Amino acid sequence: MTVSDGTLAFSGDLGIDSVAGLPHDLGDASRIDISDVGHLDTAGAWFVLDCKRRLRRQDEIPVEGASWAQRQILDAVSQNMPPEDSPPPQRAGLAERIERFGRATVGFARIAVELTGFLGQVVATMGGIVMHPRRLRITSLVHHMQDTGLNAVPIVVLMSFLIGVVLAFQGAAQLRQFGAEVFVVDLIAIAVLRELGILLTAIIVAGRSGSAFTAAIGSMKMREEVDAMRTLGLDPIAILVVPRVLALMLMLPVLGFLADVAGLLGGAMMAWIELGVSPAVFQSRLVANTDVWHFLVGIIKAPFFALIVGVIGCYEGLKVGGNADSLGRLTSTSVVVAIFMVIVVDAIFSIFFAIVGV
Amino acid sequence: MARDDDSIIKVRGLKKSFGTHVVHEGLDLDVRRGEIIGIVGGSGTGKSVLLQQIVGLLKPDAGRIEVFGESVRDTSPDEYRRLRRRWGVMFQDGALFSSLTVRQNVEAPMREQLHLPDDLRETLAGIKVRMVGLPENAQDKYPSELSGGMRKRAGFARAIALDPEIVFLDEPTAGLDPIGAAAFDRLIGQLQSALGLTVFMVTHDLDSLHAICDRVAVLAEKRVLAVGTMAEMLKIDHPWVREYFHGPRARAALGPDATDEVG
Ligand SMILES: Nc1ncnc2c1ncn2[C@@H]1O[C@H](COP(=O)(O)OP(=O)(O)O)[C@@H](O)[C@H]1O
Ligand SMILES: [Mg+2]
Repeated sequence: MTVSDGTLAFSGDLGIDSVAGLPHDLGDASRIDISDVGHLDTAGAWFVLDCKRRLRRQDEIPVEGASWAQRQILDAVSQNMPPEDSPPPQRAGLAERIERFGRATVGFARIAVELTGFLGQVVATMGGIVMHPRRLRITSLVHHMQDTGLNAVPIVVLMSFLIGVVLAFQGAAQLRQFGAEVFVVDLIAIAVLRELGILLTAIIVAGRSGSAFTAAIGSMKMREEVDAMRTLGLDPIAILVVPRVLALMLMLPVLGFLADVAGLLGGAMMAWIELGVSPAVFQSRLVANTDVWHFLVGIIKAPFFALIVGVIGCYEGLKVGGNADSLGRLTSTSVVVAIFMVIVVDAIFSIFFAIVGV
Repeated sequence: MARDDDSIIKVRGLKKSFGTHVVHEGLDLDVRRGEIIGIVGGSGTGKSVLLQQIVGLLKPDAGRIEVFGESVRDTSPDEYRRLRRRWGVMFQDGALFSSLTVRQNVEAPMREQLHLPDDLRETLAGIKVRMVGLPENAQDKYPSELSGGMRKRAGFARAIALDPEIVFLDEPTAGLDPIGAAAFDRLIGQLQSALGLTVFMVTHDLDSLHAICDRVAVLAEKRVLAVGTMAEMLKIDHPWVREYFHGPRARAALGPDATDEVG
């Protein structure tokens, strides 16, 4: 690329590989000559036309020496040049970031409102089913009970057992310093029965079944199956959502109970190995010292957690749009939001039970 | 027939099967530089499979495939990468990356293969998006916010992002309304002459075949049954070919004269 006698002359190949390296300083030219250019592609054509634009004077600057093929490319590109006054695409500035933050906050509030509305719809549909039990899809309900309940038993039991083991082990290490080893039974009983058993079960179920709900309903939504149902007069909430939510509400207390048992067994085993608290001692202390309310407090929470996980899973599924991306994004949103809400509601329950004093 | 040296794609004795299901056997095909060739054939005759083998997405069981005079099968990864830069592929329904905007989709191959400053890359991608006739406000939209026709255009823009010498199009006008399909045909024709492209186009659209294809290749009986211009196709005496080019739809697309003169 040289300028002489008011002519900006290019030579060699002018293509996407070479334009980035060309100088931006054009000097002062009144003609552009590309007769020595070998291969010219759209990037090269853009560069020539951009030079022409930057050299703009009173009159058009001619581009000379283009072969027929090069002329075609120049014409095609010149009709599609970026608008001249458009500022280069901007990186996000501070104001924009703040704006985005604001939008996200409002969006979050909107989701909360919509979710509440959806919860109302689901509860109303369930109410309708209570009035007319024959509307309940039994097959579907049983299928989902097996899927979300029975099939989750191994993982829930294993995890809870390990939590019991860990609690006993860590608790023992601390309690031994005070010579209060035997209180490990109370520690395990209260922690597992009241909080951990049901909370961790709910979290596992959110990850396991909540995400599955979103993915299953979401892919139906993507293939327009949900719309098809609506046009056939079938209610997607009654058919897709209620059996899933109901199955979870029935099965989560059962899973929670199994988790409690497994957690206690794990704790008892570790207490025996580590502290020499025999199973008989563990059992008698458990029965004597642990109020049955600890267990009830845990189990009472189960259907509520199930409702949260199920409703959020289905809601996010029904929100899936036309693309695979939204399916993936909403599946992970569903799990995150469900776990978050479960923990929030658990905190609210803690306060509530503290106030009523159980 | 084509002299050997002006075929840009040369397929010889291609064989491909999936398990016991033989899709291609003894398939030969030549594509000449600068032409638009239309590939037709019944559903499931392996048009897409042929395309995928030529661009190296599927491995043939036997046979030779040469593109730009180089065998696609026997190249080193480096050579293949260089070769791949010289063609662009547009899949059915665009196959756009749904998490990227239209312009970012077009930028994707540039980002992968070249080291360009960001603003230059954005400018060049913007030109390609405009070239395929998408409105300015489509640049920053996501594929799910576009209509089917716009998605196809965006897919085409991505296929020509690196100024390829060959573009492969898999059913570019399927699912478009007749006006959109005609516009897309025109677009292919225009860009083909502006950029000097060779176009390898799988299509069922008789209008496209008629309007822009220089030659047509018919895939049947596991091989390329016939290659030639539309006029030559009309003279071929083979049940499927007759049915295809003389059926009621063909008559509508080509006009009664074209089919009657031989029929
Ligand atoms: N990955 C694959 N595995 C097994 N069979 C395949 C695969 N891809 C294609 N086929 C089969 O090859 C045949 C040709 O497919 P395709 O090329 O997609 O047809 P079309 O001509 O309609 O594009 C079909 O019968 C299909 O079932
Ligand atoms: Mg196909």
